[in-house]
Amino acid sequence: MSPVIEVRDLRKTYGSGDTAVHALRGLDLTVEKGEYIAIMGASGSGKSTLLNILGCLDVPSGGKYLLDRIDTGEFDEEQLSLLRNRKIGFVFQSFNLVPRTTALANVELPLVYAGVRRPQRRERALAALDLVGLGDRTHHRPNELSGGQQQRVAIARALVTSPAIVLADEPTGNLDTDSSREVLGILDRLNASGRTVVLITHEDEVAAHAMRTVRVVDGRVAGVLV
Amino acid sequence: MRVFEIAAFAVRGLTANKMRSGLTTLGILIGVASVILLIAVGNGASSAVQQSIAGLGTNILTISPQRAQPGSTAKPLTTADAAALVGADSPDVKYASPVVSAQATAGYGDTTHDIGQFIGSDPRYFNTTNSAVAQGNLFSDNDVQQARKVVVIGATVATELFPGTEPVGKSMLVNNIPFTVVGVLAAKGSSGLQDADDMVVAPLTTTQNALTGYGSLTQIVVQAQSADALPNAQAQVTTILNGRHKITGTADYRILSQDQLLTARTATTETFTVLLASVAAISLLVGGIGITNIMLVTVTERIREIGIRKAVGAPRSSILGQFLIEATLLSLFGGALGVAAGMIGSQFTIAGIQPVLVPSSVLLAFAVSALIGLFFGSYPASRAAKLRPIEALRHE
Repeated sequence: MSPVIEVRDLRKTYGSGDTAVHALRGLDLTVEKGEYIAIMGASGSGKSTLLNILGCLDVPSGGKYLLDRIDTGEFDEEQLSLLRNRKIGFVFQSFNLVPRTTALANVELPLVYAGVRRPQRRERALAALDLVGLGDRTHHRPNELSGGQQQRVAIARALVTSPAIVLADEPTGNLDTDSSREVLGILDRLNASGRTVVLITHEDEVAAHAMRTVRVVDGRVAGVLV
Repeated sequence: MRVFEIAAFAVRGLTANKMRSGLTTLGILIGVASVILLIAVGNGASSAVQQSIAGLGTNILTISPQRAQPGSTAKPLTTADAAALVGADSPDVKYASPVVSAQATAGYGDTTHDIGQFIGSDPRYFNTTNSAVAQGNLFSDNDVQQARKVVVIGATVATELFPGTEPVGKSMLVNNIPFTVVGVLAAKGSSGLQDADDMVVAPLTTTQNALTGYGSLTQIVVQAQSADALPNAQAQVTTILNGRHKITGTADYRILSQDQLLTARTATTETFTVLLASVAAISLLVGGIGITNIMLVTVTERIREIGIRKAVGAPRSSILGQFLIEATLLSLFGGALGVAAGMIGSQFTIAGIQPVLVPSSVLLAFAVSALIGLFFGSYPASRAAKLRPIEALRHE
């Protein structure tokens, strides 16, 4: 098994001097291909910062992050955007769909930036929407969809590029029980089909879906529960 | 392929807020239209001036008094000067008409009208200024000798004072002195800055009696035998006047030929055109600043959207491109509508001037409007492109 994510002595500091906040203080983490990992921790423990760095949305202040054995520390913004596009699918707590744009167009978005041609793009986006059970909602705009449906569109968008990892930051945080179950079911199926999934959660029932749970306390990994 | 997609994003961004896009476009529209229109008006004015001066004929000299140099005395131009210019010493001079002009108010019944120009001269004046009579008659040399209170009025004065009535034979008041209208001149149209039809011509003697007194003439208009004889006529006039005014150094009068008059008047209208064009350019600049303003608002409003696009892998260049295309489309669209508005507007007579479209100004205004989008859009666009994805996503 080769590690998809390899993090060594990861540090992240916001601000400087006396007011500096150390969000990550030397965190180590390895995620193997095909794993399903839940990251838990109190708010302010640094778990969101960790996930943002894993998603290349933020850059660490120190340490090493190897994604698919590529050292991201040597990358500039242009190459990082390429990584985000090809290797990472990110699901946010607040869905983050482009407003006033149909579900289909939202799912096609990463493919547009990847330079995929229109017919293939449409085909792949429709397949991804089918996979999350929204094949009949392709022309609805975000404000015409329920929270659970919006999150499923967001998941379709995250997996449409066939990324190496799917990262989810409290994907069920804004959803009711039924919608949460649907979303978690989709993530389970994704993992079952071989996709690597890393998610952040507060809830033990959500964490129970994962193969192992990583507990983050004060910017370090405090323990791993298998 | 990608450029097309990004342009499609830009169009969607613009159509999402039609009201705002429309108003921004309006700013550019007004700028471009006013550049085209005002340059056309300036151009129309100068070509009208050229036509009216060309209408004078190529064999005309105008003599006007010149202020004296300090330490010398200037002699006024007199009727005797004018009379002396025609004779054996000046075979190339055909006529010399003395001219005085005054400001006057005319009245008929309850109507009053401030006359643009009240001119006193002799019957040759109509000939030299190419003035044709439309109704009635011109006054005669006899009228001048007898100082009869008769006037020939321009078309504008006729319509202002005698709406719906026949002016010829009526008695009108000029500064409360009654004059009989003997003729109406054919309309000449505007000569750019002033209405050539807003004038009244009366016999010189009458005008001096009633209005101006017997001081200096305003002008002596000299007509040479032919256009070729003009340089000779000018030399003969200079010799005669120098003799009469005992000039040794600087002359106390000035002789302008039609060419010189044209040059002088053209220079004036060019200044006028430049002035109009710079006012228009300022409005175009204001339109450009409007684009910057709106694009900054758009970028701020859509920071989250920018964050989302970056999170799914949009490179900096595509974000930059999207917002630059939005700004350029706004200004191009405004520019195109402005060109249309300017061209339609120039079909109408504005302030008595028929605008004459300058094709290069249309091209220039359109090109500038396109560049304005690029220039004024580049700052907001680069701000959008430089945002870090996580910062953009966290923006509320």
